[in-house]
Amino acid sequence: MSLLKIDEMTQRFGGLQAVSKFEIELQGGELVGLIGPNGAGKTTIFNLVSGFYQPTEGGISFNGSNTAGLKPHQVTSMGIARTFQNIRLWHDMTVMDNIRIAQHYRKGYSVFDAFLRTKKYRDSEKRIENIAWEMLEAMDLKEFAHELPKNLPYGLQRRVEIARAMSIKPKLLLLDEPAAGLNSADVEGLIKLVRWIHDNFDITIWMIEHQMKVVMSLCQYIKCIDFGATIAEGTPEQIQNDPTVIKAYLGDDTI
Amino acid sequence: MRKYSLNIAFAVGCLLIVAGAQAGLFNLYVQSVILFMGINIILSSSLNLVNGNMGEFSCGHAAFMCVGAYVSSIVTVLLFAQNKILGAPLLPPDLAPFFFPIAIIVGGVVAALVGILVAVPSFKTRGDYLAIITIAVNYMVISGIENLDIVGGPRGFMGMKQVVYAMSDVVDIPWMMIWTLLGTAFTLWILRRYISSTYGKGVNAICQDEIAAEIMSVNTNKIKLVTFMLSSGLAGIAGGLFAHVIGYVNPQSFNILKSTECLVMVYLGGMGSLSGSVLSAVLFTLMLEALRPLQIIKWVIIPLILVLLMQFRPEGIMGNKELSDVFPKLRRYFTFK
Repeated sequence: MSLLKIDEMTQRFGGLQAVSKFEIELQGGELVGLIGPNGAGKTTIFNLVSGFYQPTEGGISFNGSNTAGLKPHQVTSMGIARTFQNIRLWHDMTVMDNIRIAQHYRKGYSVFDAFLRTKKYRDSEKRIENIAWEMLEAMDLKEFAHELPKNLPYGLQRRVEIARAMSIKPKLLLLDEPAAGLNSADVEGLIKLVRWIHDNFDITIWMIEHQMKVVMSLCQYIKCIDFGATIAEGTPEQIQNDPTVIKAYLGDDTI
Repeated sequence: MRKYSLNIAFAVGCLLIVAGAQAGLFNLYVQSVILFMGINIILSSSLNLVNGNMGEFSCGHAAFMCVGAYVSSIVTVLLFAQNKILGAPLLPPDLAPFFFPIAIIVGGVVAALVGILVAVPSFKTRGDYLAIITIAVNYMVISGIENLDIVGGPRGFMGMKQVVYAMSDVVDIPWMMIWTLLGTAFTLWILRRYISSTYGKGVNAICQDEIAAEIMSVNTNKIKLVTFMLSSGLAGIAGGLFAHVIGYVNPQSFNILKSTECLVMVYLGGMGSLSGSVLSAVLFTLMLEALRPLQIIKWVIIPLILVLLMQFRPEGIMGNKELSDVFPKLRRYFTFK
C-alpha cells in the first residue's frame, strides 16, 4: 500500500484554478521532488496535503485513511510534518521550547493535570523533554538548546525548523524550499542533512525546491508542474532534458 | 527548598498581612488598599494571559468580572441574606464561611462559560476584529444586567455586606482579606502552572505564529478555548471578591473604563510577564491612591503617565521577562516553574 495517494486533486480559489487534477503516489522510503516555476501551485499542494485547505475535488489518503475534513493538527498527528518556505519558528522561545511545543499531540494529559501536576503530567513532560533532547542531539543542535532562534544564523534556523518537524516523528516530511535563502556552503550542509535524515530514519521525504543542484542530487523522482497541472515527471535526468520543462522555465524560442 | 521558597515567602507575607489586620495594625483604609491590590493582581495577571501570552487584544475583561460579581453575589445573598426579591436566607448564617468560596467559584465558572462567547469567534478572527467582539461582549453583559429587574437593573445589587457580617459573626477575623489573598494565590498558582507546562506554552506559540502552531500539532482552537475560559473565569473570581469587598455592585462599575484599567495594568507591567502583572497591579493601585488628593485631575495625570510610559518604555516595566530573568541571582532563592 502506498503511503500517500493523491487522487485527481483540484483546488479552485474563486475563478483561479490553482491545482488541477494533481496525482501522485508516494511509497514508503522515497525521496521525491516537486518543481515548477513561481506560482505553479507547489505550495498550494503542500497546504492541501497538510490540511490548510480542503481540496475542491479529489481526495488525499495517507496510510490508507482519507484526510478529508481533518484539521492541520490532526493531519500532523497522523504523521505528516512540514517546514515552511519562510522559516516559521517561534522566535521568542528557546530552541528547546520550540521542539517541546511540537510534541503537543502526544502530551496525553489534560489541562487539569497541568494545574495539579499529577503523575501523568510529570511523566509526560519528562518523556517530551527526553524526546526533545534526543532530537537536538541527533541534529547536532544541543549547544543551541537554550538560544532564541532569532539570534541564530539563517542556516541554523533551517536546521532547527527541520529538527522541529522531525521531532514529530513523521512518516512523511514535506520540505517547502529548504534551500531558499541559504548560501552555497549552507546548501551543501542541507543536502547532507536531508540525505542523512533519509538514510537514518524510516521516512519519506517530499520536497519543493528551486535550486536544481539540491533537487538533482537528492531526489529519486521528480514531478514538474505549471499552472497547477503536471507537465512532466520522471528521474532527474529525464526532467533535465524534457523540452516541456525547459519551456515552462525559460519560455518558447519563438517571439 | 528552592522549589518551595517562593510559595513559603508568599504564604508568610499573606499571614503577616492577615495577622496585622486582625491585630489592628492597619486601619480600614490601608486594608481596603491591600484588598484592591489583590483584586487588581487577579485582574491584570488573568488578562495578561490573553493579551500578553496569547497576543489577542481583549478589551472587555470587565464583562467577565461583572458576571462573576453578580453570580457570586446572587448566590451568597440568596443563601445568607435577607433580600426583598430573593427572600429570606436559605441557610443558617453559621455556614457562610464554608459556602462563600463555593459561591466565588460558581461565579468564576459562570464567567468562564461567558468567556466562550469570545473564545468561539476567536477561532476565526483575531487582532482588531476580536477586540471589537470583546467590547461588544462587555456591552452585552452590562446592558443585559441593566435590564434584569430581579437583580436591581441599573440601580445595582446590594446585600453582600450582610454575608460578610455573617462570616464575621461566626469567627471574628478579617474574612475578606483572607479570601482575597487566597484568590490571588490561587490565580498566580494556576497561571504559573499553566504557562510553564508544554500545554500552556502552546499559548505563546499561537501568539508568535499561529499557522506554525497548528501545523506543529497544537490544537489551536482548543487552546484558545481553554485560555479564554481560564482568563475570564479568574476575572469572574476577581469580580466576586470585588462585589463582597465593596458590598454593592452596579453594572456601570464594570463598563469599558474598568476594562481599560485592566489593560493599563497589563501594558504597564509588560506583555506576557506574570511578575510584571503583579508588580504593575501593586504600583497602579498605589498610584491611584497616591493621586487621590488631586481628585478629578488624577484622570489627567494617570493617562499622562501612560503616554510617557509608551513613549519611553513601550515594553512596560518588565518587558516580556520575568523577575528571575532580570535578576538572575534570584534563581538561587526560587524557581519559576
